[in-house]
Amino acid sequence: MAQILVALSGGVDSSVAAALLKRDGHDVTAVTLKLWGGETDSGCCSVSDVEDARRVAQQLDIDHHVFNFGDDFDRHVVEPYVEAYAAGKVPNPCVECNRHIKFDKLFRRADALGFELVATGHHACVIDHDDGTRTIGRGADASKDQSYVLHMLGQEQLSRLMLPVGQYTKDEVRDLANEFGLRTANKPDSQDVCFIERSPGRGDAGRRAFLGDRIPLRPATIVDQSGDEVGSAPAIELITVGQRKGLDLGGANERRYVVDIDHETATVTVGPFADTLAPSIEVPDLTWTNEPVDDELTVQCSAHGARRLARVDGTTVHWAEPQPRVAAGQSVVLYRGDDVVGGGIAG
Amino acid sequence: MARWPRSLKGMAHYLDHAATTPMRSAAVDAMVPLLRDGFGNPSGAHRMAREANRVVDEAREVLADAVGAEPGDIVFTAGGTEADNLAIFGVAESGDGTVLCSATEHHAVLDPIEHLDGIVAPVGLDGVVDLVELARLLDHHDVGLVSIMTVNNETGILQPIEAIADVIAETSHSTLLHTDAVQSLSWVDVAEVCARADLVSLSAHKFGGPKGVGLLVARDRADLVPRFHGGGQERGRRGGTQNVAGIAAMAAAASEAVAQRDAEVERVSALRDDLVRRIVDGCDTPVHVTAANSAASANIAHLCFEKLESEALLFLLEKHDVMASAASSCSSGALEPSHVLAAMGIDRDVALGSLRLSLGHTSTAADVEAGAQAVVDAVGRLTEMGS
Repeated sequence: MAQILVALSGGVDSSVAAALLKRDGHDVTAVTLKLWGGETDSGCCSVSDVEDARRVAQQLDIDHHVFNFGDDFDRHVVEPYVEAYAAGKVPNPCVECNRHIKFDKLFRRADALGFELVATGHHACVIDHDDGTRTIGRGADASKDQSYVLHMLGQEQLSRLMLPVGQYTKDEVRDLANEFGLRTANKPDSQDVCFIERSPGRGDAGRRAFLGDRIPLRPATIVDQSGDEVGSAPAIELITVGQRKGLDLGGANERRYVVDIDHETATVTVGPFADTLAPSIEVPDLTWTNEPVDDELTVQCSAHGARRLARVDGTTVHWAEPQPRVAAGQSVVLYRGDDVVGGGIAG
Repeated sequence: MARWPRSLKGMAHYLDHAATTPMRSAAVDAMVPLLRDGFGNPSGAHRMAREANRVVDEAREVLADAVGAEPGDIVFTAGGTEADNLAIFGVAESGDGTVLCSATEHHAVLDPIEHLDGIVAPVGLDGVVDLVELARLLDHHDVGLVSIMTVNNETGILQPIEAIADVIAETSHSTLLHTDAVQSLSWVDVAEVCARADLVSLSAHKFGGPKGVGLLVARDRADLVPRFHGGGQERGRRGGTQNVAGIAAMAAAASEAVAQRDAEVERVSALRDDLVRRIVDGCDTPVHVTAANSAASANIAHLCFEKLESEALLFLLEKHDVMASAASSCSSGALEPSHVLAAMGIDRDVALGSLRLSLGHTSTAADVEAGAQAVVDAVGRLTEMGS
């Protein structure tokens, strides 16, 4: 009977993951990671989430521990997140959290404590191949698929990973939670960046306030492609290439998009949609899960973004047809069919 | 639905007496008949009420005797935290002047002081409050209350209450002295402390009594504004029906703790020293014994291990059936970096590998042997794994 450490967040997916493992007769121990919250205890690791996790573990009659990885989370996720924005990039903190916290720090801790396997509640699958290698595959629920944020996992981690809910749709997961009688069955999905309080209503007031507390946000001048000033924005750091909404450009008739950002001079250039397109993207740190793949692949550039065809040459992703440019800092994930075969961060 | 009583997972080597203690049999015996039969309300007038009132009055005398106070000085509370809050807010609201505490206080003191925008006085590297700085602060500020604990709950370090009282007497005669003596009764002569402090907090479950009951000793000089109004109990200082069974059990536990104190200090300090020696000798890596040269309570061993994290260590100790702790936990249950060690100037990296082993009236040589072996094994494994 394998000893499994399951990361229990207090949400429905990880609750069901733990319940399925327990049902299947495994020796399961649950851990909730305290990553953020500090004085206010708000956000992702709120006291109520930990209480939910603890109660689920009690219901399942499995041991529950809380590990405080706050220092590591600050160092590897929050600080780089802020630095990336300051440098004009658009980071993906969930990817970095998985890379450094859940699938590195937690795996090392699991090792030290004698656990053979680690399980999480991600909506993705671990695929076994004939040659003994493993890859991450898309989860059964296309709308909840989280393979994108797990693309960086290597063989070492994949060989010890279990994703028990990846084969179920979200509705099925909730049904299972109800069958198991878990109190998290109807808990809403978490969204957005866990360490930033959700803004009331629309917009990115939460992100702006979070960054504004940590770095100076610089006002941007918005110009058209002939260089004439057409508007302004409160923070260059919060503008993304390809963006259309939220630009206060007044009386323009045609839709205009951000086609260029000069971070140095805090100047944003807007133009027609066609000018947001590019034939390729550079992914300087592109790595393959196993061997490089020459075939045409599908490529995804945001958590639930479109899947587009491309071929890879070195560290360049060549689109089959020109595609909207990808902000530096975003993860670019390569799939063959439903399997992750590689990925990296757009430069 | 919850099933009570739930099955419990058998005996363990319990080295966490500073968190809470197993109840003394005398305390359980005092409590049970009152829960079953002696349930009268001590504020009432009829025979059953009078019986309950007599239990409370007798307990008050026993406890006053145990701490060298007058029965009228004893204010029963629902525990140590309430006693601390009553002392601090009760004095702050009754007069002028700010409030002051040391940087290594328990959160039950530190948080109220910070809530009141009070002064936090530094401690030295030895964990003892800086008396020169204390005198300077008392000179420069109008301080109504000084709150400094008798025994630190993490490190076991003793504060020099008598010397602190002398500093107050020399610099600021009207300032009241409160001490959180929650960790003290089994190990320190609290009567000596009460002789110099105006307000003293105790909590029953730290000396073999039940949880949810404690007391504040409030001497004549301390004019307290109550936190709980209503009912007029405890001479109007704490409204609310008394926890009769809990108070009786607290008195029984206190009598036993005080009667056995001298012998227990000798027995348990020898166990504690043996525990530390076995760990220091057994570990291949450096072991920092916190404030090794400071006066400390007989029952607490506080250690720090480099490049090692308390959470992992505690997990492995539990696998060996050894129950221990590190710093205090936050509301989520996660370990927080210790404000006590930070105040003593201990590097955060070292403090993250802290371990508190605390002994008590049920501790045996077998607990020490098993505890030391488990620590040595766990530290060895974690050092090797580089977690």
